[in-house]
Amino acid sequence: MVPAIVDSLLQRSLEDLIKGLRIQMIGETQYLNKAMEDIRKEIKSTDHQMKAIALQKLTYLNMLHGFDMNWASFHVVEVMSMPRFFHKKIGYLAACQSFSEQTEVLLLITNQLKKDLGGTNEYEVGLALNCLSVIATCDLARDLTPDIFTLLGSSKIYVKKKAISVVLRIFKKYPDAVRVAFKRLVENLERSDVQTSSAVIGVFCELTMDDPVSYLPLAPEFYRLLVDSKNNWVLIKVLKIFAVLAPLEPRLAKRIVEQVSDLMRKTMAKSLLLECIRTVVSGLSDYKSAVQLSAEKIRDFLVEDDPNLKYLGLQVLSTLMPNHLWAVLENKELIVKSLDDEDPSIRLVALNLVMGMVSEENLVEFSQVLVHYALKSEPEFSNKILGSVLSTCSRNLYQLVSDFDWYVALLGDISRNPHCRHGQEIERQLIDIALRVEDARAELVRVSRDLLINPALLGNQFLHRVLSAAAWICGEFSEFLKDPFEIMEALIQPRTVLLPPLSRAVYIQSALKVLVFCFHGYMNKKENMLCDLHSGSRGSQRIVGEDLSLQVGNGGLEVSETDGKSCSAAEGSESVGGEILADFDEIEALRDDGLIFKKESLLHLVNLIKMAIGPLLESDDVELLERARNLLGLVDLLEDSPGFLAVNEGEENANSVPESSEIIELMHGVFLEELTPVSVHAQERVQAPDGLTLPQNLSELAAIIGEDPLSPSGVSIGPPQSGEWDNISFLNKQKQEPEPSGEGKSLLEEHRKRHGLFYLSPSKGETESNLDYPSANVVEAPNDTPNAPSDLVRLTEKTFVSKKPTRAKPRPVVVKIDDGDEVVTQTEKQMKGSKEDLLAGVIRDVLLSGKGDPSSSSSHRKEKNIMDMHTPEENSEAIEKNRHGSPSSKRTKHKSHGKGRHKSSGKNEDNEKHKNGHHQNTKHRSWRRAESPRKVDPQAQVIPDFLL
Amino acid sequence: MIEAVLVMNTQGKPRLTKFYHHHMTAEKQQEMIREIYGVLCSRAENVSNFIEADAIFGPNTRLVYKHYATLYFVFVFDTTENELAMLDLIQVFVETLDKCFKNVCELDVVFNFGKIHTILDEIIFGGQVLETNCIEVMKSVDEIMKLERSSNTILLAPIVTSGRNSR
Repeated sequence: MVPAIVDSLLQRSLEDLIKGLRIQMIGETQYLNKAMEDIRKEIKSTDHQMKAIALQKLTYLNMLHGFDMNWASFHVVEVMSMPRFFHKKIGYLAACQSFSEQTEVLLLITNQLKKDLGGTNEYEVGLALNCLSVIATCDLARDLTPDIFTLLGSSKIYVKKKAISVVLRIFKKYPDAVRVAFKRLVENLERSDVQTSSAVIGVFCELTMDDPVSYLPLAPEFYRLLVDSKNNWVLIKVLKIFAVLAPLEPRLAKRIVEQVSDLMRKTMAKSLLLECIRTVVSGLSDYKSAVQLSAEKIRDFLVEDDPNLKYLGLQVLSTLMPNHLWAVLENKELIVKSLDDEDPSIRLVALNLVMGMVSEENLVEFSQVLVHYALKSEPEFSNKILGSVLSTCSRNLYQLVSDFDWYVALLGDISRNPHCRHGQEIERQLIDIALRVEDARAELVRVSRDLLINPALLGNQFLHRVLSAAAWICGEFSEFLKDPFEIMEALIQPRTVLLPPLSRAVYIQSALKVLVFCFHGYMNKKENMLCDLHSGSRGSQRIVGEDLSLQVGNGGLEVSETDGKSCSAAEGSESVGGEILADFDEIEALRDDGLIFKKESLLHLVNLIKMAIGPLLESDDVELLERARNLLGLVDLLEDSPGFLAVNEGEENANSVPESSEIIELMHGVFLEELTPVSVHAQERVQAPDGLTLPQNLSELAAIIGEDPLSPSGVSIGPPQSGEWDNISFLNKQKQEPEPSGEGKSLLEEHRKRHGLFYLSPSKGETESNLDYPSANVVEAPNDTPNAPSDLVRLTEKTFVSKKPTRAKPRPVVVKIDDGDEVVTQTEKQMKGSKEDLLAGVIRDVLLSGKGDPSSSSSHRKEKNIMDMHTPEENSEAIEKNRHGSPSSKRTKHKSHGKGRHKSSGKNEDNEKHKNGHHQNTKHRSWRRAESPRKVDPQAQVIPDFLL
Repeated sequence: MIEAVLVMNTQGKPRLTKFYHHHMTAEKQQEMIREIYGVLCSRAENVSNFIEADAIFGPNTRLVYKHYATLYFVFVFDTTENELAMLDLIQVFVETLDKCFKNVCELDVVFNFGKIHTILDEIIFGGQVLETNCIEVMKSVDEIMKLERSSNTILLAPIVTSGRNSR
């Protein structure tokens, strides 16, 4: 005995521990580890005091220093069951802090809790209730329901209010408790003392949020509280309940609207006012006068200096926006000014509101100003702005955008914002627009070019996705390039090593396309010139197209002839060369693209490619390696072929078409076909060929893999990468022809012919003529960026005055696919947890059956209330409605819900039966009880319509 | 429903933590506290007291905080609570502390671990607001502290096995 006393005298209390922690010399971690060591020893002591103090210290260290205390859960149980209040309290706090559903020793505390709940000391009861409210499990809730039921009727307010609050946890964990305790809970709703009603309304508020329909029958009680209560806490909760109930029952909304408006006018408390506004916004938005009143009150919030009110006001406003845009527009100046607020939360809400005000007419101005404003905002907010501009503009397939040249240029501007982190989205939109909007391609190429030729941008890793999109666009639509050589240099510049391999692969693939384009242009030009010389009319021109192959056949001979002439002339006599060059110039002046393809520059290009891409043949990245091989393969092929640029020498056999030109023709043909958006359902429409039988699952495959130990983790099964890979392969899907062979081309054409229906006919996009389409707006950031918010204010004024759409030019065609472009498909509402469903089912059962019970005192009161609430006329009207109206159908739905739930609850119980046999009896009883109410004839079981 | 109550000082040291319905490991709790502190200390003095806490606590949770001297008081809650009412509740809590400790300061919170929890438990019960009247809270807390003291006076009496037997 004596050593124990000495020990406990020497034990450090929690206060000692804290003091020591504050003045420790050995470092906090070391000190705490030492303290933990002591605790581990002390907690095993048989001395109550020592054990309890050790546990207290452990709880402290767990709570504030993150030390684990799960190992001590048995000691927690020990301390909880100590007789002294002081110890008990320490034990209960530790239990609240550390116990969870998984704690095994929870099974041991049922009896202790039962004992404490039944104790005479109200504070001990309070401890047990408090603990239960945090840690109750299904088992605990089931076993302790009778005790809680008793406490609900306690004469001590202190105990009663805690018992009421704990019911929430009990119901959620063990829905069948509703059958026992619900009536008593409802009775407490009718009490007039604030403490009780505050606790009980809190419980109902939580319950109603999870499943509003079930609590409609209680509306009269809630209404009475709304009218009678003077306590703001209670009123706020009642209003929260009505905010979810009112949309379900129009007559209820009609009933409360005056009351809520009245509260709104009279109350001095901002919290209550805010709640009134919210209730109107979410539940009473059909009542114009109420909405008008709340809009006024919101305005009061917005003009206050208090940032809290401003924030909340803006937030409520954004919930009002979908149905009552006018309320937002009324406050547009205040909203726009808030974009400049120093509080980031306020700025964010304001941004959402501003984006909500955007319409087709003001999109351009809004976006422009916001993008400039983003430039000088701090990075995080800047990205939020850019993100919302991007999502607003691309909504519903760019519904709001009418000028795509402008939008494409804006995308370029956004990319250049140094804070921009939306590379992926911009990449998506650039490619999407390129595929869908034919008219925007020229501008897209211009914007892409500007991005590509700036080597500094390669240093920004967030731009890499954008750059790869730009590279793809320049390659795919190279016919729009003003200067292909410059792009070529950009695509193979040394700084591209900064790109991730997949983006680099796109660069190289694009370089391949541009190279083919250059060569093709060169050859084509010669032909043109030739034709001109022969026909005498220099203006005649033929660019790319189907008739080109004819030209090759016809002109091949002359090409080499004339070319030989011109070349030797260039070397020899100045005058002839000059003449030819002049011819060139003139032809080019007449051509739109004005390309200058000279032999020297092409040779230079080829050398450049060989130099830049050559090293990549040793790349580790497969994709990169493949693209590099493609490009160099083409170059080698051209160089080896007899016709390669050698036509210039004039020594070639003039009677045959040069092989190189044939290759280029072929490659050009491959790249010529236009890409169109592919429906997401395209694959589904591909019919399985006859005789193909697909196994139901991949079990056979698994067996094969299992047998083959050499195949490393099933590499061969699927695409080795996903995500980025998909993107890349999409980019190159139709274009990539690794070997420039005639066979490849014919295969591709065959494929297109066969599956043609999955690509949109390009004719759709071609209907719009390019000629009367004005050239792109050049978006240059004004040097003197004006103060954005004030700018916006001005804009809003300007743009909201004239509502008429005054479009300068027709909106270009945006290719849409019937089925594949559904932007948002509403997903089904997520199912709630099974427990909650169970709870809802039981609640409905209780409410439905309970009201029919003549012995229930509350049901009498309710009926009286019902009478109080309605005038006779409304009464009969409502009865009529009810007879034919929805309530009965609602009811049957509930019934079926209930059944489903009961089935599942039965299953649960079955499972549990195996686990602990001694609960069997009670469970069976409750199961039977659960079943009985459903036997009642559904017609007789009307949701008691209090509104009648 | 209130999800959590946190008190931490302006250096980010937690002084009181209470999580009502998030059962998570102690490390996870500490991580959350650090995250919240990171947000709090980045905010200027005269901005709103609300922060959307979706990123830290899951969807539809918000956070209200109040800065008193060297302490931040933080309440985390969901949509069934009113933001301004929560702000008031922080005020109730702090006022009660002030009355219990006569000019409360950080040290009182540091050294009265048990009592602070007793006060909080009288105001918030299982995540629900139980009592908002300062006087009522004080009354219960006084009674509980009295009971606690009286059960802890006979420290030196040997009580080694009696408790175990009486169970």
